[in-house]
Amino acid sequence: MAELAVRCAGVTLRNPFLLASGVWGESGESLAGAWNAGAGGVITKSVGSVPRPGYANPTIETYERWGLLNAMGLPNPGIEEYPREVGIALHAGATVIGSIFAGDPEEFARLAVRMAATGVSALELNLSCPHAQGFGTEVGGTPADVEKVVRAVTKAVTIPVIAKITPNTGDPAALAVAAERGGAAAVSAINTLRALAIDVRLRRPVLSHGLGGLSGPAVKPVGLACVWQIFEKVSIPVIGVGGIANAQDALEYVMAGARALEVGTQVTFDGVEVFGRLAQDLSRLLDELGFARVEDAVGVAHRAHSVPPD
Amino acid sequence: MRSVVAVTERVLETPSTVTLRFPFPAAADPGQFVMLWLPGDDELPMSLSYTDGPSKGVTIKAIGGTTRRAQAIRPGDLVGVRGPYGNHVDTSPKRILVVSGGSGSAALAPAAERARAAGSAVTVALGATRAPELLFRERFRAMGARVEVATDDGSEGTKGFVTLVAERLLTAEPFDAVWTCGPEVMMKKVIVEAERRSVPVFCSMERHMKCALGMCDACALGPYHVCVDGPVFPAERLASVRDFGAFHRDSSGRRVPL
Repeated sequence: MAELAVRCAGVTLRNPFLLASGVWGESGESLAGAWNAGAGGVITKSVGSVPRPGYANPTIETYERWGLLNAMGLPNPGIEEYPREVGIALHAGATVIGSIFAGDPEEFARLAVRMAATGVSALELNLSCPHAQGFGTEVGGTPADVEKVVRAVTKAVTIPVIAKITPNTGDPAALAVAAERGGAAAVSAINTLRALAIDVRLRRPVLSHGLGGLSGPAVKPVGLACVWQIFEKVSIPVIGVGGIANAQDALEYVMAGARALEVGTQVTFDGVEVFGRLAQDLSRLLDELGFARVEDAVGVAHRAHSVPPD
Repeated sequence: MRSVVAVTERVLETPSTVTLRFPFPAAADPGQFVMLWLPGDDELPMSLSYTDGPSKGVTIKAIGGTTRRAQAIRPGDLVGVRGPYGNHVDTSPKRILVVSGGSGSAALAPAAERARAAGSAVTVALGATRAPELLFRERFRAMGARVEVATDDGSEGTKGFVTLVAERLLTAEPFDAVWTCGPEVMMKKVIVEAERRSVPVFCSMERHMKCALGMCDACALGPYHVCVDGPVFPAERLASVRDFGAFHRDSSGRRVPL
């Protein structure tokens, strides 16, 4: 059986499949559940300085099994309460990555210190929520902003810092380069694609917030392109995320350059049991294709691509 | 499925509860719920109080701003409905005790109806603050269920909590299953009394909900998500859930005492 363990951003993961932020991660019991189901690690819901209720419902629209549109509005219990939830996940033995969001570099740094103190292995900075005013893309939409935030956080904490960047820009790779310059240990891509649903009978957007973010299989080709371009521009590890539904999707991301992966929407469709299946199927697929380890397949598609034709 | 439909009927069930009926052809089972969208306002999880046939229904208790506005909906008004979601009540037991407090009957009446239609004996311990608030008493009687009443103020039936009635019934006669829905302290007490007599209990649970798909974690209850693992839980699954009867989570995910 091919070796699934990977080392990414200074953290050893028992397999490359991480629970993506925003799915299940509000409660410690849920984080523990994803870990117990076989996730290689779990990323918390994005946590802010104060409790935040998020947007009114509807916060979600579904498209069979190919997509999910959401604008939850970054609901979270706040950093004051959240250590309890991390504690439950750590107690279950989980490798936990703490996701945080803030409105400026200073707030990010303060929050990072508090999240680091909970015992998480690494931080993931949400620089990419496409629908929260004053947060996410609004503080991580340009390379200069990304670099400032990442630098402020890496100065404030000793644990590895991962920057999750947005695809809703002309040049996502430039954001990744900025994150690397700021001291990030890894970059994760992509967050959701800005998107909209309209109800024609009601003549209005379905989501209370109007705009939301699209995830699921529909966005996989976009995520792959981002990971591909980022891999060519940075030397830090890339974490691939966007529409991973099966082992082949996972390996596509790995071959595009991802060293670890995040799974979110598929957990919604299949439950956390998806983690056990993905790990088993990926190991089998690697065997079949002659890879002894996941890490041997990272970025291989670039090598094939760079061979000039005869 | 999600659809936008015109409400066809509005029934004032008690001074504080209103039933809305609407066309929604998707198959549903008793115990399941839908997300009811009031355009421009909010979207709420609602047990289906009418599950069979193309016309479904929900029965809404006024507990806050949005539920009050939902009660003001009139026939012809458009609402969004998505679902049905969640698991359902097993209606196969032959002798069923329903213990319902407050608006709990909204979730359990359709299950009782289906069980009666299949020939099961159904006894209902029905509790409310006062007599006019007894929800679906006539509906239970019409389906051929025996109804035993308790009111907090003694305006009808036993004075006090419905758990007194449940305890008396459990002591007096055998049951194959207990279904309960209402305040969690009530359900916890029902579990204790039923388990003492080795009768399995099924609780219909409620938590704050957003996605209803098992994604957002808003309805996390211990290791479960009420939207996909529930809303119906066998009591033994709740035994290790420390939040049961003690805490729920608010819209931000903060644990708040019940």
